[in-house]
Amino acid sequence: MSQLLKGPSVNRSSDEDRPLLEIRDLAITFSTPEGPVHAVRNGRLTVMPGETVAIVGESGSGKSTTALAAIGLLPGNGKVTGGQIIFDGEDITHPTEARIVALRGSSIGMVPQDPMSNLNPVWKIGFQVKETLKANGLAGNNSKERVAQVLAEAGLPDAATRAGQYPHEFSGGMRQRALIAIGLACRPRLLIADEPTSALDVTVQQQILDHLDTMTSELGTAVVLITHDLGLAAERAEKIVVMYKGQVVESGPALEILRNPVHPYTQRLVAAAPSLASKRLQSQPTEVAEEINAVVKVEHEIADEDILQIKDLTKVFKIRRGLGRSDDFTAVDNVSFSVKRGTTTAIVGESGSGKSTVAQMVLSLLKPTSGTITFDGQVMTDRTENQLFKFRRRVQPIFQDPYGSLDPMYSIYRTIEEPLRIHGIGDAKSRQNRVKELLEHVSMPSSTMHRFPNELSGGQRQRIAIARALALKPEVIICDEAVSALDVLVQAQILNLLNKLQEELNLTYLFITHDLAVVRQIADDVCVMEHGRIVEHSTTDEVFNNPQSEYTKNLLRAIPGATLML
Amino acid sequence: MITFTLKRILQLIPVFFGATLLVYFLVFATPGDPIAALSGGKPMSPAVEAALRAQYNLDQPFWVQYFLYLKNLVSFDLGQTFSGQPVSDVIARAMPVTARLAVMALAIEAVFGVIFGVFAGLKKGKIFDSTVLVASLLVIAVPTFVLGFVLQFVVGVKLSWAKPTVSSGAPWGDLILPAVVLGLVSLAYVLRLTRTSIIENKSADYVRTATAKGLSRRRVVVVHILRNSLIPVVTFLGADLGSLMGGAIVTEGIFNVPGIGNLLYQAILKGESATVVAVVSVLVLVFVIANLVVDLLYAWLDPRIRLV
Repeated sequence: MSQLLKGPSVNRSSDEDRPLLEIRDLAITFSTPEGPVHAVRNGRLTVMPGETVAIVGESGSGKSTTALAAIGLLPGNGKVTGGQIIFDGEDITHPTEARIVALRGSSIGMVPQDPMSNLNPVWKIGFQVKETLKANGLAGNNSKERVAQVLAEAGLPDAATRAGQYPHEFSGGMRQRALIAIGLACRPRLLIADEPTSALDVTVQQQILDHLDTMTSELGTAVVLITHDLGLAAERAEKIVVMYKGQVVESGPALEILRNPVHPYTQRLVAAAPSLASKRLQSQPTEVAEEINAVVKVEHEIADEDILQIKDLTKVFKIRRGLGRSDDFTAVDNVSFSVKRGTTTAIVGESGSGKSTVAQMVLSLLKPTSGTITFDGQVMTDRTENQLFKFRRRVQPIFQDPYGSLDPMYSIYRTIEEPLRIHGIGDAKSRQNRVKELLEHVSMPSSTMHRFPNELSGGQRQRIAIARALALKPEVIICDEAVSALDVLVQAQILNLLNKLQEELNLTYLFITHDLAVVRQIADDVCVMEHGRIVEHSTTDEVFNNPQSEYTKNLLRAIPGATLML
Repeated sequence: MITFTLKRILQLIPVFFGATLLVYFLVFATPGDPIAALSGGKPMSPAVEAALRAQYNLDQPFWVQYFLYLKNLVSFDLGQTFSGQPVSDVIARAMPVTARLAVMALAIEAVFGVIFGVFAGLKKGKIFDSTVLVASLLVIAVPTFVLGFVLQFVVGVKLSWAKPTVSSGAPWGDLILPAVVLGLVSLAYVLRLTRTSIIENKSADYVRTATAKGLSRRRVVVVHILRNSLIPVVTFLGADLGSLMGGAIVTEGIFNVPGIGNLLYQAILKGESATVVAVVSVLVLVFVIANLVVDLLYAWLDPRIRLV
């Protein structure tokens, strides 16, 4: 990393006291068919050269919009309707097309959010890096070497060969490295990093952020880091700007905001941030843990009876290699654990660890290659259609994506009533009462039943998914990443709801997640999975306070904010 | 890629047999006696009729006729027309004319359809977009024979910009007007397809990333939006080449083009089964090859598609 290429030697020595980027009273309006929407009002942001500033807020808070306005990348219907954007002393609030094109890439770079959709699928990685250099006049004579060097700097192994591959041949982490290479290829003085790692696994996330830190500090690049994760922001940035409903509600030094949040929204955000909550639990295990338990995890009676027993469960997938040949891929390898009635067991692991495959086998959506699943004393393998039907009534799933798992053509009433109808429970009248009751359970007004999924927010939809899962009065609910797609505050609400329901209905949860911070708030027992195997299985406190395997330790270290001293 | 191409060529065999069998059967089952058609409905002596039936194997059962036809086909003997010309010669004369017409129509619809579609898509909701959308809807709604006669009358007769009918030999210049008529409906479809595809792609994340890199607007459009948007368009164009070759019947009729469409039409009227089956077989071949080319182009345009 000591041989980083120096960028163009323009204005490197500009006045250090002058802000590199200053946004004053910014107002951004989107014109929509329903009339103008004021996405940002009163946006304020100051970034000094070489400094990292984080903008924190939930989705729709206007954090991305504010940052993207600085680089002239508002969507077609968005317009800056007030305020000023000043970059390095130059007013770029309403720049000419030529001026903003000249600034992009060379002076202001961007690393976007989703590595899966931000690389053009039809061009090779090397081509996409090269055109960045070319557009900013930095390709030079041996552009190929230069491309490889830029990619290698971003931490891509075997960069010269990799440059000849297409995006679909890259993993998510590698794509994000390529996008970082593109963002920093022309040595911009400011980098806008829009949730650069939220689509990645925690350990990969940590590697990438570490690398980004090293690169930007060596190059002296200022960074605007947009994130929904307060812990991550506090760990990576010197200053934090908190946005809520299009307005900056609080800004200042990172630790200051974390310790003494002033605005009520920031206070809620600090309280709800799962990474920080778990951090607090870790640092003061006794008193605060009890305190939080009192709030979040209501104690409930635990019967000493295993409702689910999983023994030597194995799933082997065949991967086609063409011409009738195939390789075996063991997704789940000899997994055994049991779940007590009325408790929550979390299965934690990164993508590809086999945790969702386990969930699907427990749900009987996938046939195990070998091993047994025992539910309430009955072995579930080779059961008849009829037995399976009865089983489904007692075990229900909640899935990750509340947008994808509700039928957009079904009203909320029909969605919740459908399982009752299929299982022939009650008449129309009693079913309607049951739907009302279920909506009440998940704290939704009963008028919701006549609405459709597209009229609801992500959190509301997840509540509907929970109501649907509860309709048949199941004993076990399998939550497959049930809160991963939600904003932190909503996530906390849903976790509270799940805890409350567990207490009221004596439910058993099998909770699949990649987020250890969430585990802390909901689970009694934890199974940590890596490459299809369980590498650690113990109580939640034991896993957090005294992790045994190296992999669990890595996962714990990778939680954003884990190293913060509060 | 090579395995894929070979596989597809092997697939041609069952497709070809299936198509010829079907067409042969349909022609066989068509009401009307070909011998009566041959004589123009005039009475003839039973001896002559029997001789003619034997000559054309019409006295044999269906399966025998079909296998005799296949046997001849393998030796490139497509049979004879009623007037005694080899069918292969007739097709060889008509084919280049129709090919020329279809290629011109394809070029017109591809070039103008894509260009107009791109501009309409980029300037969605503006006056150009709305105009082009209405015009394309109009073209799609009006049947080809109406469109053909109107253009023939206005451009050919009233304005005299082009010859209203095609002279013998069908030179390129004479074919422009028929090619426009033939390609116009598909042009409207290409335009709409391109437009939708552009609108979808221009708000894609990678397009925003490309802009953030500092690329000029022009480069973003040509390199990042256009190539991705062309994938569905190419599929349509490939499949359309087949229908242009076969669907030229109306257009060739209006402008009196001595091509495959006219040939097929006449043969169907006369009940010349040998010609009908032969022409359709050739069209099936063209169709399948055009689709093969599309599949290969598709893989080239979108590297995520691996042909196996």
